[in-house]
Amino acid sequence: MIFVFFLILLMFIAAISACIFRDLISAVIASCMVSLMAAILFYLLQAPDVAMAEAAIGAALVTAIFIIAIRRTKRYEE
Amino acid sequence: MIYYIGAFGLIFIGLFIILVKRNLIKVIIGLSILDTGVNLFLISVGYISKGTAPIFSKPGIESARMVDPVPQALVLTAIVIGVAVLALALSLAIRLYHHYGTLNLRKIKEQRW
Amino acid sequence: MRKIISIVLLGIVALGIILSLARIPFGVSKTKVGGYYIDKGREETGAANIVTSIVVNYRAFDTLGEITVLFIAAVGLGAVLSTRKKHKREQDLEPASLVLYTGCRFLFPLILLFGAYIFIHGHLTPGGGFQGGAIVASAYLLIYLGCRGRRIPEAGTKVIESLAGLVFVVVGLLGLSFGGYFLLNFLPKGTPNVLFSAGIIPIVYIAIGFKVGSELAGIIDNLMEESR
Repeated sequence: MIFVFFLILLMFIAAISACIFRDLISAVIASCMVSLMAAILFYLLQAPDVAMAEAAIGAALVTAIFIIAIRRTKRYEE
Repeated sequence: MIYYIGAFGLIFIGLFIILVKRNLIKVIIGLSILDTGVNLFLISVGYISKGTAPIFSKPGIESARMVDPVPQALVLTAIVIGVAVLALALSLAIRLYHHYGTLNLRKIKEQRW
Repeated sequence: MRKIISIVLLGIVALGIILSLARIPFGVSKTKVGGYYIDKGREETGAANIVTSIVVNYRAFDTLGEITVLFIAAVGLGAVLSTRKKHKREQDLEPASLVLYTGCRFLFPLILLFGAYIFIHGHLTPGGGFQGGAIVASAYLLIYLGCRGRRIPEAGTKVIESLAGLVFVVVGLLGLSFGGYFLLNFLPKGTPNVLFSAGIIPIVYIAIGFKVGSELAGIIDNLMEESR
């Protein structure tokens, strides 16, 4: 139970720091951390298919697509 | 119960980013966080206390207390549709940058005249 | 001013959601449809993974709609991003170092094999078409990032994607023609926990795995077309 509380606290810290950072690449990596914590929580809720899908799609491909799109536009939020 | 609070918190943070932030890519990051929060909420509704995953891996497992499998099928579809929406939104953001030269939503609104 | 209005609005939305959804109990069984799928799913479809039998057999039409949405997104991205003049300037990037280049080329078939294993055994273990397709797309992403200047041939991925989608629709129409309804499970069920069992579920999931993998690789190829 303490383990679950710690994971949810980490997820909140990552989501709030995705809101605060001005460097867009750091914000994208914080949102990748949110996806990773959500994948661990999906596994703890006895849903292994969904955990695998969230880890493969949400944490790897969405982050890669964001970073490629940020490299074609500006990096710093003004 | 704590899973509900986690899912609601992610939904609120995602909505806050979409309403307040001005950079277009920040808004799309907020959309992704909102998506993750809604999926977490759907899975945590279908959880049964002390249940196991709905897979008959060995032929002798009994099906007395298995977790509800229907929300998992729905969330599997929702994750893939979420990534499709994000890819299309990012391509539109790239085109907007090349046309206006900036990604600040307030400056784009002023430049329309 | 805008921040205050948005925080007040969010507060009203939060209060509405918490008051109306606080009556959902946590950890109690709520629906009866899930119970029916768990009890009857194994002998009606022959698959050991109940989530797979829901996604491919009981609710297969929703999976067809999802594949259509992914296809529309890939086509839209290709159409939006390709109307600029392609500046074919000289690729003056420094080539990748030897360790990186060799390591990525060594890992590429292993990751492809792992992704293929996951979508072939979708009805026996956790996994399936979408997860395996995403892992195959990650293998292509590794090649793009590690070995600069290599591109996968575009015509190959488009042909594989179209053929895989066609296989899914043809299997559904064959089910319609063998009496009954679209996407009827017409092949023999076999014994559970064996690789060749569960009717059309392995065939459909292999087609979905190929389609999703080549589609996501095509999305990454379109985005990286001329970025520095």
